[in-house]
Amino acid sequence: MRDLFSANKREAIALIVLIVLVTIYFSTHPRGPTTYVMTIWANQCLVLGLAAIAQFFAVIVRGIDLSVGAVMALTNCVASYLIIGTGLEMASGVFFVLAVGLACGLLNGILVVYGRIQPIVVTLGTASLFVGIALLLRSTPGGVIDYDLADAITLDVLGIPTALILTFIIISAFWIPLCRTGLGMGLYAVGSSESAAYQSGMPIKSIRIASFVLGGFFAALAGLFFSFITTTGDAGIGPNFTLNSIAAVVIGGVLLRGGVGTLTGALAGAFILKTIASLMFFSGLPPLAQPLIEGLILAGAIAIGGADVLRVKNRLEVFGK
Amino acid sequence: MSILKRYFPEADVLIPYIGTIVLILISSVIYPQILSLDYLSQQLQIAAFLGVLALGATLVILLGHIDLSIPWVLGGGAIISTALVGSDNSDLSMLAIPIALIFGAGVGAINGFGVAVLRIPSMVWTLSVNSMLLGISVLITGGFNPKGEANEVMGSLATGKIAGIPIAFCIWMLIAFLINALLKRSNFGRYLSAVGYNEKATYLSGVSTTFVIIFAFIIAGICSAFGGVLLAGYANQAYQSMGEPFLLPTIAAVVIGGTSILGGRGSLIGTIGGVLFITLLNSILSIIQISEAWRNINFGAIIILMLLFQSLRQKGA
Repeated sequence: MRDLFSANKREAIALIVLIVLVTIYFSTHPRGPTTYVMTIWANQCLVLGLAAIAQFFAVIVRGIDLSVGAVMALTNCVASYLIIGTGLEMASGVFFVLAVGLACGLLNGILVVYGRIQPIVVTLGTASLFVGIALLLRSTPGGVIDYDLADAITLDVLGIPTALILTFIIISAFWIPLCRTGLGMGLYAVGSSESAAYQSGMPIKSIRIASFVLGGFFAALAGLFFSFITTTGDAGIGPNFTLNSIAAVVIGGVLLRGGVGTLTGALAGAFILKTIASLMFFSGLPPLAQPLIEGLILAGAIAIGGADVLRVKNRLEVFGK
Repeated sequence: MSILKRYFPEADVLIPYIGTIVLILISSVIYPQILSLDYLSQQLQIAAFLGVLALGATLVILLGHIDLSIPWVLGGGAIISTALVGSDNSDLSMLAIPIALIFGAGVGAINGFGVAVLRIPSMVWTLSVNSMLLGISVLITGGFNPKGEANEVMGSLATGKIAGIPIAFCIWMLIAFLINALLKRSNFGRYLSAVGYNEKATYLSGVSTTFVIIFAFIIAGICSAFGGVLLAGYANQAYQSMGEPFLLPTIAAVVIGGTSILGGRGSLIGTIGGVLFITLLNSILSIIQISEAWRNINFGAIIILMLLFQSLRQKGA
């Protein structure tokens, strides 16, 4: 048990913080932990959670993806045209939206691997490109998403918010199996030491591209889920999600230098961020002070993560490798 | 040729300048007025705002770090300076610019402290400093545009002209000259690139890398705050989130100028070229009156193409 804890210390801390925050939130919420309150909370959390997963796949291979929000905006706008009509039309619509996300991720990956440009700069450029296309589709917010489908995805099943069920499915049916595949191991290998992974005969290029494609896919899922919540398309949703997704993965214990962290951690980080924001809303703090306190909490959480430095015995260790 | 080699050690620096000239020539075929002196000098004036920010950002990127707090250091500098001028106290009005710059230096020191001492990745630390500054500004101004105005000095710095040359441009060049001297003539400059290449080795050579990092962030903070003062002088006011449109173009300008985002390699001359290129690109894209959507698409595509060209050329060399 102790081994399990120390091996996953970062995720464990994030999970404990999350549980404490959620307990405070539901016990102070004026309406208590009803299904309705939980559903709204879970929906907000899962949108950022999916964005954080997209960011996680870039960060784990020592990259960064500044186009997460832009892909969300683009897929949100595409969804606002396609997810309406008969069941078959909607199914192909969902399929197409996800394909757009995959294509965006693939473009990022190809530019990084074959263009040999740093991820941060590539995604800076492609973000502008994606937002431009989103604006072509929706210069002003509009469009509509099928209400029945949106309700099915964003309400609850037998009192349990669908968003929480989806979170559970992502972890148990996607992440845990992925960890056992060559790709899952390869992500960590490339992130920890690219040269070592290369010398072990790993297909570095395919792994890198795969990580960006997975990132694009989850950014599209985030955009899709966002569409189901708002039931409309808006090209301007991007910037906040990009920055918050980076903050979320860091709070969730994923190291920006790559190779350390888990998808569960990234999800926990996103849930923590959103729960803090919701807590603030009901806390009775003066509304004008809320952005400052949110910033202070964010900085505090990150600085505590950095407090390891103070315990370092050999000064050279702080430089990493 | 030797002079050329000395000031342009790598041909990379020339790419943004060539790009700028190509941009002017191509667009002047359709819009001949682009070649007019008025238009070009106006571009130099506008480029100076982005330019000052990019000079500071170059130092930080040379270190191998990044400063995402530019938007609200800029906003803070603008709010502080205009509020002091608007206070109707002539002493405070005189001190508006120095106090704004001290504010920038202070935030820079906080940025540097987090990165160099607490060892927090600069990307997250400066991001959270940025959101705290946003919070402070919302708390103080109530989310409205702050009251206040620019004084004459700020106005003439931003919009004045000497012998037809915009003062803002001259100041930009002056700051570039000073920082360039610092990079080329002082130990600090050598240590800066050394930290960018390999911080551990630099530390082992007996350099106080902590000091180098904090000092670079302080200069970057001052540059951002000064950018805010200039912009406030230009608009004669400060407004919420005035700095936000500047963050990504600043980074893009530095990178297009041939500075490696990983640190260690790069130059101010390249950055200046990158700033000119991006300013002109933005301006020409708005002259041809295409929609915001196509502006975004072209902006993204051209930046990616420039970077691809750079990296593939290096690969071939």
